Amino acid sequence: MSPLATETRTAPASIPQGPHPEGLAPVLRCRKLTKRFGGLVAVDQVDFDVYPGETVALLGDNGAGKSTLIQTVAGVHRPDGGSIELDGKEVEIRSPLQARDLGIETVFQDLALCDNLGAAENIFLGRELPGKAYRFLPGLNEARMRSEAKSVLSELHINIRNLDAPVRTLSGGQRQATAIARAVYWKARLMIMDEPTAALGVPEQKKVLSLIEALKARGVPVIVISHNMQDVFEVADRLFIMRRGRAVADLRAADTNANEVVRLMVG
Amino acid sequence: MSANPTTMSPPSIDDENIRPAGLIALASRLWAVLFLIALIVFFSIVAPGFFDLFNFQAVGANMAVLLVLGLGQTFVIISAGIDLSTGFVMGLSSVASALVMQGLTGYPLPVIIFAGLAMALLIGLAAGAVNGALVAYMRVPPFIATLGTLSVAQGVAYVLSGGPPVSIATRGLGFFGNGFLAYFHPEAGLSILGLPEGVSGAAVRDVMGFFPLQVVYIVILAAFFGWLLGRTRFGRHVYAVGGNPKAASRAGIPLEWTLFRIYVLCSTSAALAGFLYVLRFNGGVANAGDALMLSSVAAIAIGGASMLGGQGRILGTIVGALVIAVIQNGLVILGIDPFWQYVAVGAVIIMAVLVDQAKGRFFP
Repeated sequence: MSPLATETRTAPASIPQGPHPEGLAPVLRCRKLTKRFGGLVAVDQVDFDVYPGETVALLGDNGAGKSTLIQTVAGVHRPDGGSIELDGKEVEIRSPLQARDLGIETVFQDLALCDNLGAAENIFLGRELPGKAYRFLPGLNEARMRSEAKSVLSELHINIRNLDAPVRTLSGGQRQATAIARAVYWKARLMIMDEPTAALGVPEQKKVLSLIEALKARGVPVIVISHNMQDVFEVADRLFIMRRGRAVADLRAADTNANEVVRLMVG
Repeated sequence: MSANPTTMSPPSIDDENIRPAGLIALASRLWAVLFLIALIVFFSIVAPGFFDLFNFQAVGANMAVLLVLGLGQTFVIISAGIDLSTGFVMGLSSVASALVMQGLTGYPLPVIIFAGLAMALLIGLAAGAVNGALVAYMRVPPFIATLGTLSVAQGVAYVLSGGPPVSIATRGLGFFGNGFLAYFHPEAGLSILGLPEGVSGAAVRDVMGFFPLQVVYIVILAAFFGWLLGRTRFGRHVYAVGGNPKAASRAGIPLEWTLFRIYVLCSTSAALAGFLYVLRFNGGVANAGDALMLSSVAAIAIGGASMLGGQGRILGTIVGALVIAVIQNGLVILGIDPFWQYVAVGAVIIMAVLVDQAKGRFFP
């Protein structure tokens, strides 16, 4: 082994350690999580914890492995090594559906909404509430779904006038909010957001950031992947930085600044 | 692509739905209904005898087969697919059920009818299972998969029938295809499901029939399909699968199973159309539905469904079928060469698509 290789090997041990809340057990605990694509090690023995009520920004240059890490937790990829624990219990996540059942809700970059359906229909997609049709046939409880959708949206201070209007007629922020409301309604234990502000105008970005604050207030931990430093420093409590598949830093947002973060990202 | 806030599109106000101007939006959504009313007014003025209860009943009875073909196809089109095989599944079902009914000649009428219906349903389920397995589980594009089934169904129907129509000579069968729910005779009075007592011979000509049974059948079937699509979990999943299959699947909707059931439903409705044909004409023929597949798709398009999936309603399909039936009927009354109806229906389809695109342009 060359001295250089040894140095990179030992890097994880010497990463600046994040200040974890005292006395709290992590909601998510990844140990030596590894994912390979052929010869490429996309995620290399990463230890990654998320504590209740905190917002963690996952940062890294393109190809750093942050999306792969998140998709492994969300059940899109299956890990090649390491373990994932949820609330102290080791879990095996085989599919996105199973991740949802475990309480891991992901707001994907493409939102995973059905554009032709309304906001209420999207919030209840795949988990429609049964009811009666024409008072005597089995059907759906449309009234209850609409009122529940309305209340979860208003809890998050989101105003969508017509819950039946196809979501393609809504603004980007409203669509993002619909996806978040779905996760909130179904009692997410952990929320993952992939570039939540990427496709939005400035006022809508602000709205989404305040939604993340609202989630935090409910004790739901949020993992945010973002390229936008301003957003990151606005919402994140902790920054987790990856480079070429490895964890390189785990910092309290208050203890660092954009320059240092960029330096850590590019190495 | 990293997001740079300064180069973003102008922000929209986020608590404001982007709303099309109310009246135009309503008109564009209801244009098929408005067009149907315009057609009825037009033919009522220019075609003597068009505006008449008994003519309207005939329009209803004549459109039965077309509508029933379209009911199941509506589900397929909303799921962003197409089922090309319905016309010949209908033909095969008519031949197979006519053969069964022919073979049972001499048995009581209810036995014959139920055996024929069971045979038709069997054909529908089998064809639908093949289409569904190919499209949902083997990921064959619907256009190709159902083209294959079309040819197989066509071949089997010709082999079974040998070509010419299979006719059934059972007394009383015709009533179920051409009869009325109620009859009225000026002297003998009102009767239900059968001619008034004592009416025979020349007096039969004075009997008026109300509510053709074919219309009764399609009202029941349309209500069933409308409930299934509009009011059930399955129906909601049909829209989701057509709108964004990836999102549907991430939300936990079983993509393959939903698609499979859609194709089974479509073939079953085609087979039922074949059975209605048997009742009406007391026989089955391989090419009974040959020309009707495209007409049923036309009805669905006129009714506002999107060929790209995710959008459509049973009520729309009913309106679309009515538009086609009214055009056919009106042209016949006017004594215009019946072949012109294809030209007229074609023009309406093109118009429907243009209206749909204009909608998309003005109100995304």
